[in-house]
Amino acid sequence: MINASLKQLSQALAARQISSVELSTLFLDRIERLNPTLNAFVTVDREKSLLMARAADARIAAGTAGPLTGIPIAQKDIFCAEGWTTTCGSKMLANFVSPYDATVIHKMHAEAGLVSLGKTNMDEFAMGSSNETSFFGPVRNPWDSSRVPGGSSGGSAAAVAARLAPAATGTDTGGSIRQPAALCNLTGLKPTYGVVSRYGMIAFASSLDQAGPMAASAEDCALLLNTMVGFDERDSTSLDRPVEDYTAGLDKPLNGLRIGLPKEFFGEGCDAEVMAAVRAAIAEYEKLGATTVEVSLPNSHLSVPAYYVIAPAEASSNLSRFDGARYGYRAPDYANLEQMYEKTRAQGFGAEVKRRIMIGAYVLSHGYYDAYYLQAQRIRRLIADDFVAAFKQCDVIMGPTSPSTAFKLGEKAADPVQMYLSDIYTIAVNLAGLPGMSVPCGFVGGLPVGLQLIGNYFAEGQLLNVAHRYQQATDWHQRRAVIA
Amino acid sequence: MSLTLEQVKRIAHLARIEISDDEALTTQGHLNGIFQLIEQMQAVDTRGVEPMAHAQDVSQRLREDTVTEGDRRSAYQAVAPDVEAGLYLVPKVIE
Repeated sequence: MINASLKQLSQALAARQISSVELSTLFLDRIERLNPTLNAFVTVDREKSLLMARAADARIAAGTAGPLTGIPIAQKDIFCAEGWTTTCGSKMLANFVSPYDATVIHKMHAEAGLVSLGKTNMDEFAMGSSNETSFFGPVRNPWDSSRVPGGSSGGSAAAVAARLAPAATGTDTGGSIRQPAALCNLTGLKPTYGVVSRYGMIAFASSLDQAGPMAASAEDCALLLNTMVGFDERDSTSLDRPVEDYTAGLDKPLNGLRIGLPKEFFGEGCDAEVMAAVRAAIAEYEKLGATTVEVSLPNSHLSVPAYYVIAPAEASSNLSRFDGARYGYRAPDYANLEQMYEKTRAQGFGAEVKRRIMIGAYVLSHGYYDAYYLQAQRIRRLIADDFVAAFKQCDVIMGPTSPSTAFKLGEKAADPVQMYLSDIYTIAVNLAGLPGMSVPCGFVGGLPVGLQLIGNYFAEGQLLNVAHRYQQATDWHQRRAVIA
Repeated sequence: MSLTLEQVKRIAHLARIEISDDEALTTQGHLNGIFQLIEQMQAVDTRGVEPMAHAQDVSQRLREDTVTEGDRRSAYQAVAPDVEAGLYLVPKVIE
């Protein structure tokens, strides 16, 4: 059961081979045993989970269950969930019990009947690529406990990779679903911007943030994505589109699929063995009937610089809400209101979050706005236009997700710029607002490698199909970390 | 471009984050490293390029000016550091 797919779990629940309470208990027991080493979960509440599991069993008995009713899931601690401590990996929210549900949580609990096993560790306010900026300590990679799981959705990735949960939610602002999925041998999908509601998902950079599924396979991701998407009037950037069934086209043959290979993703800067695994995956696609064409994303080298203006600018505005007045941490000693703000924020935020708020405050300040913020937005346009041109020649773009396999804990923690460059292949996708995936495609020295798939706007279904066909022909995604 | 220590302290104040002299020095080094990365943008000629604020070219949705949410004030104030009679308490601002 621990390694079963969501489809298998769904069938087992429907056939009454197992109840949701039994299944949830199986995973909760596993969390209790293994989480002290991995630190993948920051909050677990057995009673709350079992309450949901009992409700799910009642729905199954009454014949009103959906396809995922009763299946346990791990929730990234960026999603507000009513009655659950929701920390966003920060001291600022360490004691914040959310009074409401994020739309994603509401859809998963109230509509789909999924059972939350708990809240997963993450980089503080999703700012990081290693999960080391969390106030609650680093997460360990199940494939090698001396290494990072990636970030910012590092707890979700480690939880699924160690089978502490069958699947998880993540969020991706610059690669935070795809990079940890790559480093932990998972399949992860960041949808087109606007497809999944951001309501109740604690904001980092609002024009880039998007939630998506992290699981063992493309099929599992498709089933989860079905429960997450939809128009939401509570999110001003939610898109009103016809509902799709993302599982419907999974099996389509790939004959004639045109794969674009950006020459900028296949040059210097990527580990040679990682690149060899990516090239082998592309050769496998050719066997499945696809053809390849070289494309160019000539401004992609500017995506990291532009991102580190735009994302901090939006973050400095979003995180101004943490002032010690309405919720979250408040410093114990202060003489006046300004001191209350300054001490609360100095004590409540970690170093990386402070750095990004300060970059944002600077690039938005008088005299620097045009040179930095507007220039970054113009470059963002150039980067998005590059993709539009590339998609005239191909159906899907492929390349590495991350330039290396999982790095050692502490290896990049002292140098922010080195850490930022670990998202060099993922950030452009967020700037353009496109959907992207990471799919397991091999191992280097026992550590997983991810293949990145980038689709045109609203091509989630196609990406999942392209990933699923590969997973029918290969077994990389079925390899499991051996855990003591 | 290189930020001076004074500029770092001014930015921290703008962001309402208390910063010690030691922290300002470390932050100065980190921020200057990050701005070195950001400076790559300045070599690009973007004259005539429309700034892109958003991934989708859609205009802001409007709704009727009517009440859509119920009154949940007490639930929302239950998580506040200090409240009284439905009000958020902060240090005295006006003498």
